[in-house]
Amino acid sequence: MAEHILTALSKEDSSKIDTHILAHKTMPGALLPLLHAIQDDIGYVPEAAYLPISKALALSVAEVHGVVTFYHHFRRHPVGKHILQICRAESCQAMGAEKLEKDIKVALGIDYHETTKDGALTLLPVYCLGNCACSPAVMLDDEVYGRMDAGKVAELVNEVCHG
Amino acid sequence: MVKVYVPRDSSAISLGADRTAKAIQAEADKRGITIELIRNGSRGLFWLEPFVEVATDKGRVAFAPVQPKDVAGLFDADFLNNGKHPLNLGLTEELTWLKKQQRLTFARVGITDPVSLDDYLAHDGYKGLKNALKLSGAEIVKAVTDSGLRGRGGAAFPTGIKWNTVLGCQSEQKYIVCNADEGDSGTYSDRMIMEDDPFVLIEGMTIAGIAVGANMGYIYLRSEYPHALKVLNEAIAKADKAGYLGDNICGSSHTFKLEVRRAAGAYICGEETSLLESLEGKRGQVRFKPPLPAIEGLFGKPTVVNNVISLATIPIILDKGAEYYANYGIGRSRGTLPIQLAGNIKHGGLVELAFGATLRELLYDFGGGSYTGKPIRAVQVGGPLGAFLPESQFDTPLDYEEFSKIWAVLGHGGIVAFDDTVDMAKMARYAFEFCAIESCGKCTPCRVGSTRGAEVIDRIIANKNNPKEHAKNVALVRDLSDTMIHGSLCALGGMTPYPVLSAMNHFAEDFGVTQ
Repeated sequence: MAEHILTALSKEDSSKIDTHILAHKTMPGALLPLLHAIQDDIGYVPEAAYLPISKALALSVAEVHGVVTFYHHFRRHPVGKHILQICRAESCQAMGAEKLEKDIKVALGIDYHETTKDGALTLLPVYCLGNCACSPAVMLDDEVYGRMDAGKVAELVNEVCHG
Repeated sequence: MVKVYVPRDSSAISLGADRTAKAIQAEADKRGITIELIRNGSRGLFWLEPFVEVATDKGRVAFAPVQPKDVAGLFDADFLNNGKHPLNLGLTEELTWLKKQQRLTFARVGITDPVSLDDYLAHDGYKGLKNALKLSGAEIVKAVTDSGLRGRGGAAFPTGIKWNTVLGCQSEQKYIVCNADEGDSGTYSDRMIMEDDPFVLIEGMTIAGIAVGANMGYIYLRSEYPHALKVLNEAIAKADKAGYLGDNICGSSHTFKLEVRRAAGAYICGEETSLLESLEGKRGQVRFKPPLPAIEGLFGKPTVVNNVISLATIPIILDKGAEYYANYGIGRSRGTLPIQLAGNIKHGGLVELAFGATLRELLYDFGGGSYTGKPIRAVQVGGPLGAFLPESQFDTPLDYEEFSKIWAVLGHGGIVAFDDTVDMAKMARYAFEFCAIESCGKCTPCRVGSTRGAEVIDRIIANKNNPKEHAKNVALVRDLSDTMIHGSLCALGGMTPYPVLSAMNHFAEDFGVTQ
């Protein structure tokens, strides 16, 4: 079955995955760095990658699947061009994060783990960005933003996604 | 050429420091003024970020907070020559907030350019390592033991004892692992060290390696910290090139190599055994103890697992001596604790103090009260597994044992303040919910208890006016908590009852009828 899904991968993605496997296979404890490399490159970890990974690292497909699904960071499906994470942890809650997440969801018309219709943005929850003196905080791609409200987030999203 | 400092710390950037830096450079160019723009670490006064400093004959002068729109006005006021301006706060070193602190671990943070090895060396960097290279492993371990340093990640286990166990193990391969999976809400001191003074962590790990005979180190860094990743890798490359890492460190016979590994968003991997599983490329499931990681750790080899702050404190202990460090603090809590003020607080930021200050001093003298101006009703100390404290406990001194006496924990030193709009029943529910999301699934009390706990809290909230149902469910939460405390494998399940029960005990009114 995995072979069948593998054929669904584009040639380009498939060769990217092979390159990452080759670069990581002799590393001690290679699986997480390898999964990071794949996700950084193609945006998610396709199920079709499990078999070649398992072969290269002498693991079972189930073990690879187990690791991918254990960690919140690894995504199993393609995501939008940009990723917006809203901090749900206590410090941000103390500064109104609950209202902020509601407002953002309404403004974007999507819930957590969903992508806007134009494919520009995926919304994810996150538990602490280490920006707790400037709560509430969000992260857009690799940048953190503090003292946020829905209006500021909308501006940001607009600037990054459509600017 | 005038030196102008604009922090590159990600919290400073989160409030616009990059834009401010750009605006200052552009305005200087426009006016034909040559400046040397340095991207330093943050001084930790986050409510004043972007915190700009100008070097003068008398010392560095602070202008804060500076947004791009303020920049032209600052140049008009001749801020490069300490000109008068509403944002001119005077000499940075004279700011009361900083002056009252005892910065040992954070001695350089905010002062230096984080990725400049020269700057690090010019500010007492690598003095600890130089001393360590003259000592035997056992002598280094003794210094760490004598300093009284206890694990700053939260467990407060004496660092020297851990090191001594690894030192005593016979093995060809040993490891130093830095736990940089700082997942507790309200904490950011690890992030600041890694972004703002990475060499101090590198030096601390190197000393640890030399002490116990480990030649390989890993920094397990949370994936939510991309800035720290970049800074650490840049600093490691520089230390490597300059002979502070690799073979023959500083001309000695010691070898120590260092690599950063990215975590993947699992809170449980802050627990040392699941962290090791994760480093080995597995699901981050908690291991049974024994064997202790010090004896059978990473890849089955003796391993020191220490938090960022513990390791970053090693250089000053080896530089100034165990006694110097141990002279700070009270009781069995020796040295200093980098405290992080967070949540609903007016002056949030990094306060490093000797153990012994009270919560009240931190919340009001440093924190300035709540951000919203309302009364502070509760604080959570020590992250999502820490107890909620009511105002009546604000005079508790920050000390591991004093906190333990009131059934609370200091943890990693994060203090999250809540004003009087907080609903403590909701917070108790969230504690269970968080545990359910983050449970590794290995033990039943945590895996199942967390979900059931959230459901029972829901029933308590739904039956606020039904005394019989209410009493029954309150008893059930207490019983469940008891099982989780005594039956969980690690602190996630074992300590989730801290926020839950402390909320119920101190804020019963939020849960409805009498308990």
